[in-house]
Amino acid sequence: MERLELTQELARDILVRARAKGAAGGDVIMAESDSFFVSVRLGEVEKISQAQEKRLGLRLFFGKSSASASTSDISRTSMERLIEVTCAMARATARDEYSGLPEREKLATFVPDLDLCDVAARSLSVEERTRLALEAEKAALDCDPRITNSEGAEFSNQFGRLIYANSHDFAGEYQGSSFSVSVIPVAATDGSMQRDYWYSSQRKFSRLDSPESVGRKAAERAVRRLGARKVKTREVPVIFEPETAASLLRQLSAALSGYSLYKSASFLTGQLGARIASEQVSVIDDGAIPGGLGSKPFDAEGLATRKKTVVEKGVLQSYLLDTYSGRKLGLPSTGNASRSVGEPPGVAPTNFYLAPGPHRPEDILASVREGFYVTELIGFGVNLVTGDYSRGAVGLWIDRGELAYPVEEVTIAGNLKEMLQNIEMVGNDLEMRDRISAPTVKISRLTVAGD
Amino acid sequence: MAQEIIAVESFFDRHFGISSRDLDRVLGKALEKKSDYADLYFEYRVNEALSLEEGMVKGASQSTANGVGVRVLAESKTGYAYTDDITIEKLELAARTAQYIAHDRGAPLPVSVGGGRAPAHDLYPVKKPTTEIALERKIELLYEMDRLARGLDSRIKQVFVSFASEHKAVLIASSQGWVVGDIQPLSRLNVTCIAEERGNRQMGTFGGGGRVEFEFFTATKDYERYTREAVRQALLNLHAEDAPAGMMDVVLGPGWPGILLHEAIGHGLEADFNRKKISAFTDRIGEKVASELCTVVDDGTIPSRRGSLNLDDEGTPTHRTVLIERGVLKGYLQDRLNAALMKMALTGNGRRESYAHIPMPRMTNTFMLAGDTPPQEIIRSVKKGLYAVAFAGGQVDITNGKFVFSASEAYLIEDGKVTRPVKGATLIGNGPDVLTRVSMVGTDLKLDEGIGTCGKDGQSVPVGVGLPTIKIDGLTVGGTASQ
Repeated sequence: MERLELTQELARDILVRARAKGAAGGDVIMAESDSFFVSVRLGEVEKISQAQEKRLGLRLFFGKSSASASTSDISRTSMERLIEVTCAMARATARDEYSGLPEREKLATFVPDLDLCDVAARSLSVEERTRLALEAEKAALDCDPRITNSEGAEFSNQFGRLIYANSHDFAGEYQGSSFSVSVIPVAATDGSMQRDYWYSSQRKFSRLDSPESVGRKAAERAVRRLGARKVKTREVPVIFEPETAASLLRQLSAALSGYSLYKSASFLTGQLGARIASEQVSVIDDGAIPGGLGSKPFDAEGLATRKKTVVEKGVLQSYLLDTYSGRKLGLPSTGNASRSVGEPPGVAPTNFYLAPGPHRPEDILASVREGFYVTELIGFGVNLVTGDYSRGAVGLWIDRGELAYPVEEVTIAGNLKEMLQNIEMVGNDLEMRDRISAPTVKISRLTVAGD
Repeated sequence: MAQEIIAVESFFDRHFGISSRDLDRVLGKALEKKSDYADLYFEYRVNEALSLEEGMVKGASQSTANGVGVRVLAESKTGYAYTDDITIEKLELAARTAQYIAHDRGAPLPVSVGGGRAPAHDLYPVKKPTTEIALERKIELLYEMDRLARGLDSRIKQVFVSFASEHKAVLIASSQGWVVGDIQPLSRLNVTCIAEERGNRQMGTFGGGGRVEFEFFTATKDYERYTREAVRQALLNLHAEDAPAGMMDVVLGPGWPGILLHEAIGHGLEADFNRKKISAFTDRIGEKVASELCTVVDDGTIPSRRGSLNLDDEGTPTHRTVLIERGVLKGYLQDRLNAALMKMALTGNGRRESYAHIPMPRMTNTFMLAGDTPPQEIIRSVKKGLYAVAFAGGQVDITNGKFVFSASEAYLIEDGKVTRPVKGATLIGNGPDVLTRVSMVGTDLKLDEGIGTCGKDGQSVPVGVGLPTIKIDGLTVGGTASQ
């Protein structure tokens, strides 16, 4: 079978053929990627994996009903079959008034260069990439004698290309890359072990943190957990370090997704314009940051991405919407359409962050007489319908404004509605380490359950 | 059975023009440098998803994926390359990439894949895959569940139903000279309801499935039972109180609460963590890690179960492996790489999400055997505690052994009686310690309905769990209400 190249012409050709079979319209999304990872452990290469993949997805409308299909088999015969299957499924689904492509005039008119791809780094040798993982692990192992073992270190990279075209005559494409290095050291004393990890992730290879700093940070995090104990059940102020504060933002973004909102499956349903958080809280979603991990020149429906204030001083200014969920709520899309190849659009944040506040992290710590500093959260105890929140937590106990001893096997519990209102201090230490990022956050009161 | 392999083999030959001579050639390439083992994993997969919301089946999608993964093992090293372009040229390129890890030049091993090997089991002989059932029939089932849910109680405001089916053909060719194939069907039907009363919104969810035919859901009206359960749970939560916080006795109901074993014990017994000595269970075989009432097994050979497989994703027949026998730790869950390095026997637990993933030790169906206490007696023995019967999910840190899991249906036990429902309870404990606190084990072993998916290192695989009613003396409950 002859494999076809992924091009805008192929996308347009598929849409023309689908219309000839009776489809009212549709869109095509194509992705190709080239990915690599190497993992090392205790100074030796453990795994190397390399791959190239292509996928093509088609969504078709028959009147107001629709369906999607995708394949990794990019050949003429497979394309014909894909069109047939999609047509047959689209005829069987329900007629939905709100379905359809974005209005023609709303589509992006040009594709900005957001500097998302590091073409030069394609020439990195396997040896160089392996060396980074080895150096990161070595730095962790050398950092402290209590680091006695390692789950390993990894370097990974991906180069991708995405093409999107729809029957409203939009066609665009962009390329992107990502690089990351991570380490998981294991610390031990008195027969008990603790692990932690640290990472750096960037679209440009040269912007990665040095492997030494990643390794050292991971080791420090693992060592400070040694000797962790439970605490008595009580209500105290809780400080979330940036990594765990970002998890609160992740839950906020899910609760602001148009799809949760129109189904009344979010605790923020109907809250647009309302005060949903304390005045300390301003949240931004910005898909157009040059070089940003969550940036893209247009969203998964061909709409331009942009910067918007989602929460301003505690007041909810914008939901996260694509065209469909927007229509359901009577609002325009916010350019947050996201989808995997072969799925209808959904909603996702782009670069989503809590704006930095005025406080230095050490001052936030100093403000707490007795409390809990959370460094890791585990489990799935978040109910977005009600906002009920209860997760396993690891961290350090705060005694008179200082980190006193490590804590584990406890939960922190509350309700996200109240937690957002009770954000008392926001740190000035925002770093865009991931698509969703936050500075240090202090919540005035949460239940810590232990003994 | 032999026909089945021929069918799978000729399927890949027909679709991609890959003959057994080609397999020899690629495996030979993979072993050109000195290495211990090589295999090829071919996969052809069709996934279909249907979803209903707001009384409409709005979404239907189908995806087809095919590809091959080439793996080379040299001592503790793994080289892996995969491609979705199944041609002999791409396969040879992948083989050369995978052998990058084997540095020393040595005489290439001659490779001949020889004849097909029959799988050890025939656990899911599905005649007609659910992916091939007429779309209209499946869609009608979703509508039926929506009508049923809304008809049961006027407080049900939202109903979401999803039906996911997968049909997968795999062919594994090993440098040890065998080829084995399998056809793996998988279906899952889920329903979630939101009930609303005076502005209070609560959710209930239920579902089931397995390596089954479509009639599994309709023959004994299981879809009806799922719907009634989801509705009941949503309505129950409308009047649930905040969960208590602190240490108390916990009784787990039968079936899905077996997720406790999966998180607290199962992951910590996967061989990779133990070979690297980073599991809280490292070097503890033969030691007492649970009360004598506890015998825990991992069994991939139960017919039609979601976690079952005729052979694991490295071609090893699945087994029933005893993990804990009367409280004593007996064994680990192995894949090929770790079994060889630890000089232990294969257990048929080498699994992978797809051709794009490297196999690793994973669970299949993990459960505790029944004890001899009637479940009512277990409840009666608790003065003040929590009775948890349904869970949303769990997670474990295998190094320090700490696990959490979140209850989606739980009640208080007061003076030996189940009283008020509570919501938002998270249980947290220590894996190597929790089973030592099991003081009663019920007669009522039940396996879950077939909804579990386990994530490890970025790979998701379907799994099953099971449990009789058990009592744990003292576990931390992470709610908000003070006792």
